[in-house]
Amino acid sequence: MDYSQFLMMPQEIGLLAVFLLVFLYDTFMPRTTQRALPLVTVVLFGVYMTWAFLPPSMGKCFGDMFEANNATWAMKNILNIGVFIVLLQSVKWTNDDFVSVRRGEFYELILLTLLGMFLMVSARHFLLFVIGLETASLPLAALAAFEKRYYESREAAAKYVMTAVFSSAILLMGLSLVYGACGTLYFSNLSFGVTATGGVNWMLIVALAFVMAGVGFKISLVPFHLWTADVYQGAPTAVTSYLSVISKGSAAFAFMVILVQVFGSLYQEVWQWMLYALIVLTITVGNLFAMRQRNLKRFLAFSSVSQAGYVMLGVIAANEVGMASMMYYILVYIFSNLAAFGVVMAIENHCGKVTIDDYNGLFKTNPWLAFTMMLAMFSLGGIPPFAGFFSKFFIFVGAASTGSVAIYVLVFIALVNTIISLYYYLLVVKAMFIRQEECAIDRFRSHWTERLAMVICVAGIIFVGLASCIYTSLTKLVEESPNLFLMI
Amino acid sequence: MELTLLMYLIPSLIMFGCGIYGFLTRKNMIAMLISLELMLNAVDINFALFNRFLYPGKLEGMMFSLFAIAIAAAETAVAIAIIINVYRIAKNVDINQINKLKF
Repeated sequence: MDYSQFLMMPQEIGLLAVFLLVFLYDTFMPRTTQRALPLVTVVLFGVYMTWAFLPPSMGKCFGDMFEANNATWAMKNILNIGVFIVLLQSVKWTNDDFVSVRRGEFYELILLTLLGMFLMVSARHFLLFVIGLETASLPLAALAAFEKRYYESREAAAKYVMTAVFSSAILLMGLSLVYGACGTLYFSNLSFGVTATGGVNWMLIVALAFVMAGVGFKISLVPFHLWTADVYQGAPTAVTSYLSVISKGSAAFAFMVILVQVFGSLYQEVWQWMLYALIVLTITVGNLFAMRQRNLKRFLAFSSVSQAGYVMLGVIAANEVGMASMMYYILVYIFSNLAAFGVVMAIENHCGKVTIDDYNGLFKTNPWLAFTMMLAMFSLGGIPPFAGFFSKFFIFVGAASTGSVAIYVLVFIALVNTIISLYYYLLVVKAMFIRQEECAIDRFRSHWTERLAMVICVAGIIFVGLASCIYTSLTKLVEESPNLFLMI
Repeated sequence: MELTLLMYLIPSLIMFGCGIYGFLTRKNMIAMLISLELMLNAVDINFALFNRFLYPGKLEGMMFSLFAIAIAAAETAVAIAIIINVYRIAKNVDINQINKLKF
């Protein structure tokens, strides 16, 4: 065996090294030093994250099962940034009395799921993809059950694990049909197999629908979104924020790679229209349900359902512009959503309040938290000077770049939905700034790690949109990646 | 009598259908887990079948079903652990009783 091929996957190896160091620290260091574990993890991960920005290695390894190129390199770095912020936010929570006994497990499982997502992003063979997907979703079920003192956490975990297993069974069924129709599981060979069957092959279409349903569960597209709100509400907030940005972003990227590489020749006739229906449903239903939520975590869950619909706009374009704008959207979404979750987590850690009515008059007592939340809501809603506006703009441009009239209509529907979404995002801002409340949340000082995470998020919200070089370089990276859109 | 691909494929698809039906109708979480296992096993049969009958020269399908069995085992372990966890606090595994989180 040629061991030099491991050099193709520096990001995975680095992550594995961080995981092992954290694991060894957790297992062998004396009890008195355990309290430093969260900070050690954050520092190690920060060092690894900066190191992972080294120029990418390109090529395939392990019998072409694994591919590293510019696009996967950029996507992994985007995920790294998100995970770093999540780790930073969770420091205070893991030093809690109830959680601290198992704090090592939290960090180990988080790092391991990230490894699964990396495999998923880079996989060019369905076996590796499925292993990555399971590595990414099973530990998350255990993480959702992490707050053992609360009943809600256990119920959320039960719901999550049931839907996750169900969706992966559906996905595997689809893959078996693909295998039956084409006789291989390599993406590159499959695309030729799919083309060779010619025209409309019913077995492949059923397989495509099954694969879409299976991955759609992970991204929580609308007919498959029913687990989202319950799991997001019940799970610990650190896990919820991880689920809503990192897990969703990586699954969306892998979904796009599968659709364009394997089913590329079915784009015009079949999956463009399937995805069309999914996007319209996802954006609309997500928005309509978000309006009636009073619990902020449920509210953010439905908001993230509708954001997933916008991410899919990049997939439906199925070209370089679409992929670059999708990655940009995920980056901006990481900053804005994690800012919102950072505020929710800080307040929940302080006094356990999570409904929108609890936030009445927050501006009077905690102006900085209210300010951060306001920026997050503006960015999620897409109000101009902030990054959310630019990401929405680019993703609309990406979708419209296909030039078909039907997609113009889709972009229009998405645009109308953006206006609807402003209503409920501004409800939160209204509660914080305009509503008066006698017994508002008292003034408190959040933990310095939480504040640092919020500062990073706010900086991201303000500067990622203004620094136009980020989007340009993403486009360049995607265009330099070979053979991504060969089959369209 | 010659056994053809279809004679194996139909039972496996029936198994998959039974799994989905059971998952959607059963109220007991353990029974739902058994239904999920049925679905996953139907997939394993499918892979082995297609490999044996359509592409006998290669081993890709067989390897995939081996990995799928391992993954299914891991999924069951996590699911059982979580169900026990729920049982400890709710004292039952009936999904009609486990519905505090809704709307």
